[in-house]
Amino acid sequence: MKLFKLRGGVHPEGRKASSADTAIRALPLPPQLYVQLQQHVGAPAKPVVQVGDTVLAGQLIGAGQGNISAPVHAPTSGRVVAIGDHPSPHPSGLPAATVAIAPDGEARWIEVDVPADPFALTPEDIAARVGAAGIVGLGGATFPSAVKLKLSRKSGVDTLIINGGECEPYLTCDDRIMRERAAEIVTGIRLIQLAVGATRALVGIEDNKPAALAAMRAAAAGTEVQIQAVPAMYPMGWDKQMIQVLLGREVPAEGRSADIGVLVHNVATAWAVQQTICLGRPLVSRIVTVSGGAVAQPGNLEVPIGTPVQALFDACGGFVSTPARLVLGGPMMGHQLTHTSVPVVKGSSGVLALTQAEIGLTQPAPCIRCSSCVRACPVGLLPLEMAARIRTDNLDAAVALGLKDCIGCGSCSYVCPSSIPLVHYFNYARGELMAQARSKLKQEATRKLADERNARMERIAREREEAAAARKAAKAARDAAAKATEKTEVIA
Amino acid sequence: MVIPILSLTVLGAVLGLILGMAARFFKVEGNPLVEELEAILPGSQCGQCGYPGCTGAAQALADGSAPVTLCPPGGRAVVIALAARLGVEADLSGVKDAVPSIADVREELCIGCTRCYKVCPTDAILGAAKHIHAVFKEACTACGSCVEVCPTEAILLRPVPPTLQSWGWVKPGSMPQPLAANEGVLAA
Repeated sequence: MKLFKLRGGVHPEGRKASSADTAIRALPLPPQLYVQLQQHVGAPAKPVVQVGDTVLAGQLIGAGQGNISAPVHAPTSGRVVAIGDHPSPHPSGLPAATVAIAPDGEARWIEVDVPADPFALTPEDIAARVGAAGIVGLGGATFPSAVKLKLSRKSGVDTLIINGGECEPYLTCDDRIMRERAAEIVTGIRLIQLAVGATRALVGIEDNKPAALAAMRAAAAGTEVQIQAVPAMYPMGWDKQMIQVLLGREVPAEGRSADIGVLVHNVATAWAVQQTICLGRPLVSRIVTVSGGAVAQPGNLEVPIGTPVQALFDACGGFVSTPARLVLGGPMMGHQLTHTSVPVVKGSSGVLALTQAEIGLTQPAPCIRCSSCVRACPVGLLPLEMAARIRTDNLDAAVALGLKDCIGCGSCSYVCPSSIPLVHYFNYARGELMAQARSKLKQEATRKLADERNARMERIAREREEAAAARKAAKAARDAAAKATEKTEVIA
Repeated sequence: MVIPILSLTVLGAVLGLILGMAARFFKVEGNPLVEELEAILPGSQCGQCGYPGCTGAAQALADGSAPVTLCPPGGRAVVIALAARLGVEADLSGVKDAVPSIADVREELCIGCTRCYKVCPTDAILGAAKHIHAVFKEACTACGSCVEVCPTEAILLRPVPPTLQSWGWVKPGSMPQPLAANEGVLAA
């Protein structure tokens, strides 16, 4: 198959070897699981259990609310010990609504409803089951998969692309799942293809994962699923980049892949779909890469959702040296962990403990306008110009240069010889724009409230005046009447 | 003698008529600039600027008797918008974006006097005589009017803690963001 040319991109050192060569291990159950109610894009789930309830593995504990949302399920059987706020795996570490479950160690499952022939299901049925299982994009975007399936079917998607790029350094969770569970993934891909009615299914895998490529090719033999090696480059795992290299179609600015007739899912999502449709299991665990120079035995773990990050490091032999930085996700797009009690969520692909040598802190220097960032940008933006405008708080100018199309991949920051935190500028500007939009909304609401109050005050004053005038008129009439009677009496 | 008097009289009458008609047909209701400026201001009539409500402030801005930095609850955004409309340079050095805060009634001190909800410009306080008052978070603009009238100092303006929805990255190079301390862990 002919591959298409890509714009931009960088070639960071892979550093995948340390975790790629050991098989996925199941993590022993931690003493407590912290299942967050918002692990997806959209509205948070609403808890449907109470403190003290006994739950079974796979039981619904948070129901999705609204159009874009996803339910959450108990990862194992046990007792609900608390419902409240717990630090979330977010750059701020701020707390979010969480259900804490103490596992009983028996892992008793709820009764599952498994169709006799998964391929006899209707597309609507597949989407409904995927939605009920709480499956979200496991590549990290965490967009509810059922919503994507329904929208794609409606907009008439012709091609399904399964993303096995995994371009982030250190991460090998997708590599391992493709090597070990290729048959299940291929079944999942065929089910997704059935659900959206796509005419072809393509799997793009970076050529630095020959074992995964071989395993997937063997599993896909005899099916309509095509496996395609793509060059190893960052950010190949970004969905629009994958579409571009495989199909040569470009997603329009501020658009979605469905606009050009393509649906993209991650390989791990395909595996989760197979687990749900064929085994009736909702999404309650995921593969997480534990790596970094400070970890004693890097590897991949199958982790129940809600496990505190500390348990993952402990299961990998702890630290050989004090980590200089803990990172959730990959080193390019992940974020710093505030502490290790935050739980694993559906979108956590890896936890890294990096040493001082690996993080390489340098002080930012002035921009020398070398335009390395422009060449590296996979979207074709001008990072240096955008950052210069954001530095002077000229956010509108940055938006005009395409700030909203920035995917935050970090390629520009990575290549910058002056170590300017370019992506940090863009993240700051986005937050600032959202804050401005919120304050504008609040100002409009305030004005409405103030106007209503003023109108009410005026009405009250007017009514009072009218009442006073009426009283005065009544009194005058009474007085006149009294005078008239007096006069009549006098005459009489 | 008659001709000049007549011609001047006619001239005066005709021009006077034109002026009278012009005054009637091209009449301007107030200063349009004032209305535009008022639309930029928050509109809560809180009076923190020292002018009688936002209309008064807009009037003063249009006259040039007030600086564009007059509105404390508006923050930087309003200063920038006002400066752009008036075509003046804004001195942002003294403007601090107020930390988003809301009024908070301390229940143990509230005597239910109803004074606060009478002055609230956005009807953000709910209460009745001799009942503890409460604040609607969404409607409060932290203008502070209620704090001033409270006889028992039961109302304070408290900063709103950031949430996952409102949190944003700080600008690179400014003060480092305080990371959440190792606390708040959900205990059984």
